[in-house]
Order: sequence, then structure tokens, then C-alpha cells
Amino acid sequence: MVEIGHFALVLAFALALVQSVVPLVGARTSNSRMMAVAEPVSMAGFGLVLLAFAVLTVSYAQSDFSVANVWENSHSLKPFIYKITGTWGNHEGSMLLWVLILTFFGALVALFGGNLPATLRATVISVQGWIGAAFLLFILATSNPFARLTPAPIEGRDLNPILQDIGLAIHPPLLYLGYVGFSVCFSFAVAALIDGRIDASWARWVRPWTLAAWSFLTGGIAMGSYWAYYELGWGGFWFWDPVENASFMPWLAGTALLHSAIVMEKRSALKIWTLLLAILTFSLSLLGTFLVRSGVLTSVHAFATDPSRGVFILCILTVFIGGSLALFALRAPSLTAGGLFQPISREGALVLNNLFLTTATATVLVGTLYPLVVEALTGDKISVGAPFFNLTFGPLMIPLLVLVPFGPLLAWKRGDVLAAAQRLMTAFAGTLLAVLATMLFIDGATVLAALGIGLATWLVLGALTDLALKAGFGSASPGTMLRRLTGLPLSMFGTALAHLGLGLTTLGLVGVLSFESEHILTMKPGETTEISGYVLRFDEIAPVQGPNFTESRAKFSLLDAAGKPYGEIVSSKRFYPVRQMPTTEAGIKTMGLSQLYVSLGDETADGSLVVRIWWKPLVTLIWGGTLAMMAGGAVSLFDRRLRVGAPARRRREAIEPAAAS
Amino acid sequence: MKRAVLLAVLAMALWHGPAVAVEPGEALADPALEARARALSTELRCMVCQNQSIDLSDAELAHDLRVLVRERLMAGDSDEEVLDYVVSRYGEFVLLKPSFSLRNALLWGTPVLLLVAGAGVLFYSQRRRRSEASALTEEETAELDRILGANPKSPETSL
Repeated sequence: MVEIGHFALVLAFALALVQSVVPLVGARTSNSRMMAVAEPVSMAGFGLVLLAFAVLTVSYAQSDFSVANVWENSHSLKPFIYKITGTWGNHEGSMLLWVLILTFFGALVALFGGNLPATLRATVISVQGWIGAAFLLFILATSNPFARLTPAPIEGRDLNPILQDIGLAIHPPLLYLGYVGFSVCFSFAVAALIDGRIDASWARWVRPWTLAAWSFLTGGIAMGSYWAYYELGWGGFWFWDPVENASFMPWLAGTALLHSAIVMEKRSALKIWTLLLAILTFSLSLLGTFLVRSGVLTSVHAFATDPSRGVFILCILTVFIGGSLALFALRAPSLTAGGLFQPISREGALVLNNLFLTTATATVLVGTLYPLVVEALTGDKISVGAPFFNLTFGPLMIPLLVLVPFGPLLAWKRGDVLAAAQRLMTAFAGTLLAVLATMLFIDGATVLAALGIGLATWLVLGALTDLALKAGFGSASPGTMLRRLTGLPLSMFGTALAHLGLGLTTLGLVGVLSFESEHILTMKPGETTEISGYVLRFDEIAPVQGPNFTESRAKFSLLDAAGKPYGEIVSSKRFYPVRQMPTTEAGIKTMGLSQLYVSLGDETADGSLVVRIWWKPLVTLIWGGTLAMMAGGAVSLFDRRLRVGAPARRRREAIEPAAAS
Repeated sequence: MKRAVLLAVLAMALWHGPAVAVEPGEALADPALEARARALSTELRCMVCQNQSIDLSDAELAHDLRVLVRERLMAGDSDEEVLDYVVSRYGEFVLLKPSFSLRNALLWGTPVLLLVAGAGVLFYSQRRRRSEASALTEEETAELDRILGANPKSPETSL
């Protein structure tokens, strides 16, 4: 059975080679029959990888331990959902998912690329083919998921317990849809460089891919963060771990790309810069894949470490990043610079956005790689951790966040910063009010915390002001306003929603970082403790037998200040005998926007239990805000006005009857 | 105060429980001192863990380091002295915030350098573009004069 999957993968590699060469040669020699090879080949390639992936998934579902990969990462007693998700909970399977999504995007370009110029489409699909071929070869040569074991073992070695969670079903697919989605932007950039032609319509073609990849990556990172939050038992949501940074860098660069592409699309400016960003964003995705998959870094994500894999990915990395940058250096100077603009303008604001985002990306990059470089050069081991990033990344973000509300209010080409400031007066007044209210009414609020709350309020009100002004608030009747608001292009809602989300995430971060309270103590059943106005009573702890684990489950009752029962919290510790690993399952009670987080420590000699309790005010907004950002991206994606082809079709319909008459 | 310190030391000395991150018995009685200890803990790496601070780790070593930090603080060390002491014993690897040394100049300098360089490039290209955009060459000026001279009305009205 699995041999079919292996065979499909080999065939997909062969097709990827065809895809890499034939359409490109066709595009260079204006041979339309060779260019026409692109679409069927890329779709067939996707079909074959999908088949291989399905075969591996079935092997997991059936617990076929004759497959080495299944034996290493599965167990017959594992709950069914984790058998399925376990398919990509390991190095080989996750690389297969990576390539599956890559070929998926290639097929999408073939499917929806009907309105692209034929040569551009063929070249883009060809470049996708290069990436596909490289990674398929990587899988076949170093990470074959279909290797057999004879004789087949009776039982598997189980999946890393930390990964036995619903998060594994959501986080990697979303993250890869984002990571790999940027490959389309990369292919478009390389194709434009090969063609030596680039204009505003290029930005419009790339726009939906950038938006989609960015939205998925936003969701993937957020989901990973929430997963770490509830699974690792520390209530932390971002650790500046190198692996997190690996996904965060493409996000930062992708955010910059999203914004610079707008300038290119609207004003035909920043063309060369946008091209470079498209290349850099996917290069950072590749770098992330290298860092995580090569075993250079040890973390929960590096499932297996094998030097040959690292060297292979490093080669892919060098060829693609080096090659594309060399192509850029060769071709970019011949590309014409676009529209002019004054420093104070929408373009200027977006350039400033790019300056801060790129610097932030570079800061994270240097911080992530510095220990590796220092060790390679001098042999010294140093660490670069959260305190470094908080000190450098934080200050870079603050001016950016302060400037966000100004951007959408400035006119293109030549803006008036005073007029924009005037229009933001209400938002500014609201911000001041929020700062003062925080200082006055919240106990223990520091000036910094109040300013943080102010910054978040400023972002939220700024986004709302943008929408209100565009609807004509204050100058038009309510009916006109409603009509204007519903008539606004979706992309404007997208912008406002994403900026609003950024404000909400900021609010959540400030809330937790400034007002979190922590309580660490030992408790015996029946004892109570007080935290932020609630009383928590430890009721009992009892052993529970799970399908492939044993669990100590502690029950807590939450009482309000008057002693009335308010809710229950169950927090537990598990032990997975196959891997000999413990995990914590934090008890989390959401109250409004805040959460009470209860995590268990060890039992002490006298029978009491170490309990760690956190009150996390506004914490849900951290992820709620990212959902709003994702929604903003999605809404913007569905803006018909900016979809290539949609206006054209309407125009064609309008023209055809006239031609017939 | 002295009694509290003594009690805390005693509590720590007697603490032989299993390892959990910040254990109930570890906390110092003096809240100010404990706050400093927690702040320092977030800056120190748990050497045997995957990129975790000793504040977030349940490894035995992290526990020992947390106790060590508190012992130094009780002995009257300043925050700097505590960090220096830990570094002298474990090397710079233990610092999650690398020192401001020459070797780390590029690390700390990158954000500032890039921001300044980027701003500089933007400023320069803006100025160059503006001068390019506004200044006409002599030929262009002559050409413009010729067109305007031949056609005194504005181009739109002449159409």
C-alpha cells in the first residue's frame, strides 16, 4: 500500500522537473505549446503529492507499524484524531505536508491564473516547480516517510505527548499555508525579474496571494502561541524561542510586503523594494524551515536531528536565496523607478512602516542567528533570549504602533499631517481618557502600563475613526452615513479590521504583562486561596486512566467573594508511559476577556499539592486581536474591486451585447 | 527583618521537595528582594533546558540557580553583582540578555544601525529625487519656452 505513496512521490518529483524546465523554455522562446504544459503538470503534481499524503495518513489511521515512520510516531492506543494529526507530527510527515501545500499553491496559480499574461503565468509555475523539485528530492533522498520495517513491530513508539493535542490539527497546516503561501509571491518576483518587466498590475496579481499567505501565517502563529499557552503549563504565550522567531520573521517581512505592495499597486512606486521584500519574505520562510528541520536548534519542533538533512536544506537555501538575490542584483537596476511622492503622504507613511518592520525583522534575525555565528567563529557559547528581544524589538514597535492610525488618513502623493492629526483629535482624547482612567482607577497601575493601555486605545479608536470619517460621520445624515459605510470597498474594512485587531492584541499584551497576578502555593484538599477577588477551593485530586496515559486530575471550585459557587476548574498532570513523559493540562476558566489559569506542580511529601494560579487580565484579546487581523486579511481578499479579472468580466459582459447589436 | 531572613534561609535549607519552577518554599520573605530575584530569574538561562529561563523551568539546575540568586541577594549583592557571580561560575551562556561587549556589538547595534541607515537612505533618495524631478535641463527649458511661446494658451484650451 505505502509503496503507492512512495511511487506517487517519485512521479511527482519527475513532473516537478518537467514543470521547472518546459514552461520556462516555452516562455523564453514564445512557444505557447510548451507554456501550456505548466497547468496540467502543476495540477497533476499536486494530485500525486496529495495521493502520497493520503497514503501516509491511511497508514497512520490503520497503525501500520511496518512503516518505520508510523512505528516511530504512533501507537495503537492513541486516540484516532491524534493518529490522523500524527501524520505531520514528525519530520518526514511535516515535510510532506510542506510540499503538499507548495504544490497546492502551484495548482491554484494554474487554476486561477487565467487572467495572467501567458509568459508570466508559465514562468511563475516554473519557479514553483523548482521549489517543488528541490523539496521533493529532499524528502526522497533524506526523509522518506514510506520506508518499511521488516519484521513489522507489534506496537509503535507513540507520538510526543505534547503534540497529542488538537493544536497539532490546526497549527502546522495554518502555519505552512502561510509560510509556503509566500512561495507564490517569491515565484512572481523571480518571474518578473526573469521577464525584466514589472508594473502596477504585477502588484495586483500578487496581492491576493500575499493577503492569503499573511492571513494564514497570522492564524498559524496565533494558534501556536495559544497552544503553548495552555499546554506548557507556564501561562506564557511567547517565548522568543528560535523556532517561534523562525515563523515570526516571515510574518514581519510579509506584513511589510503587504503594505509596500499597496504603494506599488496604487502609485506604481517602490517596485524594486517590493520585489526584494517578496524574495526576502520567502527566503525567511526557507530559513525558518532550515532552522527548524535541520536540528541546528533543539526544540519541541525539531522532531529528528540528522546532519545530512541539515546540509541538504542548507544547499536548497543557498541556491534559492543566493540565486534569487543574484538575479535581483543583476536585473533590478534595469527596472524603472515609479511614481514620486512627498515624504508626508500615504506612501511616505507606508515607507516608514516598512522601515520599522524591516528593522524589526533584521533584529529578530540577528538575535536568532547570533549565538550560532558566535559559536561557529569563536567557539564561545552565548544565549540571546527574551530579555534581548524585549529590549530591542519592543522599542522598535512602539513608534510604529503610534503611527498606524495616521497612515490611512493621509492622502496619496501629498498628505497633510496636521489635518490628519486634527481628524484624530477624538481618538486622541479617548486615548488620554484611557490613560487617566487607568492611572486613577486601577490599583498598582504604573505609568508604563497606563501608557500601554493608551497605545492600545489609540490603535482601536484610530481604526474606528478611519471608518467613521470615510462614512462621513458628523457631516452627513445617519442614512447617508449608513449608505456610505456599506458602499465602502471591502479592502477599507479589511484595513480597519486588521488595525483594530492590532490594537486588541496590544491591549491583551499590556493587560497580561502589567496586571497579571501570580499565586504559587501548596494546597491540601479542602483548602482555599484568594486570587483577584475570587476564592479558589481545592476539592480533590484523583487518578484517571486515559487511553494511552494516566492522569492525576485535580478539581477546584471557584467561589465569588460572597462564597457562592461560580464555576469549576479541572487541572491535571498526565504521564505517558510509552515515552515516559509527563505533561500538564492547565485548568483555564475564561471570565469575560480574562482568564484564571491553574497549573499543577508536584505533590509534596506531606500529601499537599503545589498549585500555581495566575490571573491573566484581558489575555484572550491577544488571540482575539489576531483573529480580527486574519478576518481583515480575508475581508480584503474578497474585495471584488481589487480582484484581477472580476472588473474585466463585468466589462466584457457590458461590451458583448453592444457588439452583438 | 533578620528573623524573616533567617526563616527564609531555613525554609530553603530544609526544602528538599521535587523540582517545580518557582516553588512555594523558594520565595523570600521580603517582597522587594523577592521581586528582584524574580526579575533576575527571567534573565538567567536554565542551562540544561531548551531556551528557558530559570524562572520558567522545573529542572533541578534551575531550582539550584534560583536558590543561588536568592542567597546572593540575601548576602547583600546588587543585581549586577549577582549576575557577575553567576556568569563567573557558569560562563556567559547563562545570560539570556548578552552583555554589552565588543563581541556582541553587532547584535546590539543592528537595530540602531539599520534604523539610522534606512532613514538616511530614505532621506538621501528623497532629496535626490526631488532635485531630479524639479530641475529641468537647459534643453528642456528651451523646449518648454518654445512650446509656450508658440502656444500662449494652456494646452487644454488649445485642444
